[in-house]
Amino acid sequence: MNMILRVVLYIVLAPIIGGLLEGIDRKISARMQRRVGPPILQPFYDVKKLFKKQVIIVSRSQTFGLIPYFFLMVLTGAMFFAGMDILMCFFVMSTAATALYFAAMVTSSPYATIGANRELIQMMAYEPAVLLTCVGFYLAEGTFNVSEIAASDRTDILFMPGFFVAFVFILTIKMRKSPFDTSTSHHMHQELVKGLTTEMGARNLAIFQVTEWYENVFLMGVVGLYLVNSNPMSIIWAIICIMAVYFLEILIDNTSARMKWQDMMKITWIFTLFTAGVNLLVLMLVK
Amino acid sequence: MANVKRSPWLLHYDGSSCNGCDIEVLASLTPVYDAERFGVMNTGDPMQADIFLITGGVNTQNKDTVKQLYDQMPRPKVVVAVGVCACTGGIFKDCYNILGGADTVIPVDIYVPGCAARPQAIIDGIVQAVELFEQRSKEHDEMVRNQKKGSEVA
Repeated sequence: MNMILRVVLYIVLAPIIGGLLEGIDRKISARMQRRVGPPILQPFYDVKKLFKKQVIIVSRSQTFGLIPYFFLMVLTGAMFFAGMDILMCFFVMSTAATALYFAAMVTSSPYATIGANRELIQMMAYEPAVLLTCVGFYLAEGTFNVSEIAASDRTDILFMPGFFVAFVFILTIKMRKSPFDTSTSHHMHQELVKGLTTEMGARNLAIFQVTEWYENVFLMGVVGLYLVNSNPMSIIWAIICIMAVYFLEILIDNTSARMKWQDMMKITWIFTLFTAGVNLLVLMLVK
Repeated sequence: MANVKRSPWLLHYDGSSCNGCDIEVLASLTPVYDAERFGVMNTGDPMQADIFLITGGVNTQNKDTVKQLYDQMPRPKVVVAVGVCACTGGIFKDCYNILGGADTVIPVDIYVPGCAARPQAIIDGIVQAVELFEQRSKEHDEMVRNQKKGSEVA
């Protein structure tokens, strides 16, 4: 019963929280640039407008790619908050990302195609760290099960700080933030027009946006999992940690320039494999 | 304008201007003028844009581009001509390759004069465009509803 309640709460609240997070993101970014910035509810106005605009379809199969992207991403988060296998959650998330790749690829627009290719490279860059995170949880707790990890007496971050740093690092890629926003080219840099989302207009872009909110809430949930233990007070610490990590991502976004994909691959692999790898060795030796 | 529930996304195209107006358009997004507080976003993608900002006159080479960009934008949409060149052709009016203002190719809704148009004037033009956009959205919703009704009857 409790499990069903958590899943329903995720499905209902995740877009609201995700939208608010994006609104806060835009506001804080504006303040960092000494601007006033848009209202916090601006992302909701954007999505509402997008749903009402005329639908111009470049390729019908694009919607066919976007709908699995949406549903698989919701499924990922639902599985996570239901307390199922964390490894499985990340596998479903990768499948969702592949669906997005196809949605961008089928339009055969040069900008969307380059964006989709870059998205694949990004997946290649962050996937080892994601798998290592799961391995880290297994070594620290002896289980892949999210509900068992959350209900144990240990605070995982004390056992796996290296994994945590690696996960926060790849979060920048996952959230499509600068310096790793190569696939969608956010903000003002438009050498790829809008990259992956170039051929998505109106309703399709709104679906993409809402899916990103679901994804962000799921990723923030994983950040929280590092701190949550059997003590209910730990949830408050988890929320504080999530806010700190989110602020850090905004700060990185606003203070760094775009990176070439070659550098992104090198830095991400070296950094995440090093931090997570050292942590992995220590955990294995101590056990 | 403090708490408007709007989200105008701009598409900015430079016809054959001297670039003065383009710099002013970008200036209106900088910290001093901060057009983003009205929800304005500068998107480079006609598929996602609501307001078409055009600077500079239209010449024989770019008239098809301007028309295509306009056609690629989904309804409802608003066109703003920024600067005197986009309004009438301006100082280049009598050049052999200039057709005239943007309205020689596409329907222009709002004219922002000036050489170069000041950021304040551009933001004022955008704000007026947003109001017009709001009105067009309502008409568009009405049209969609009528179409749905029509298809049910048929």
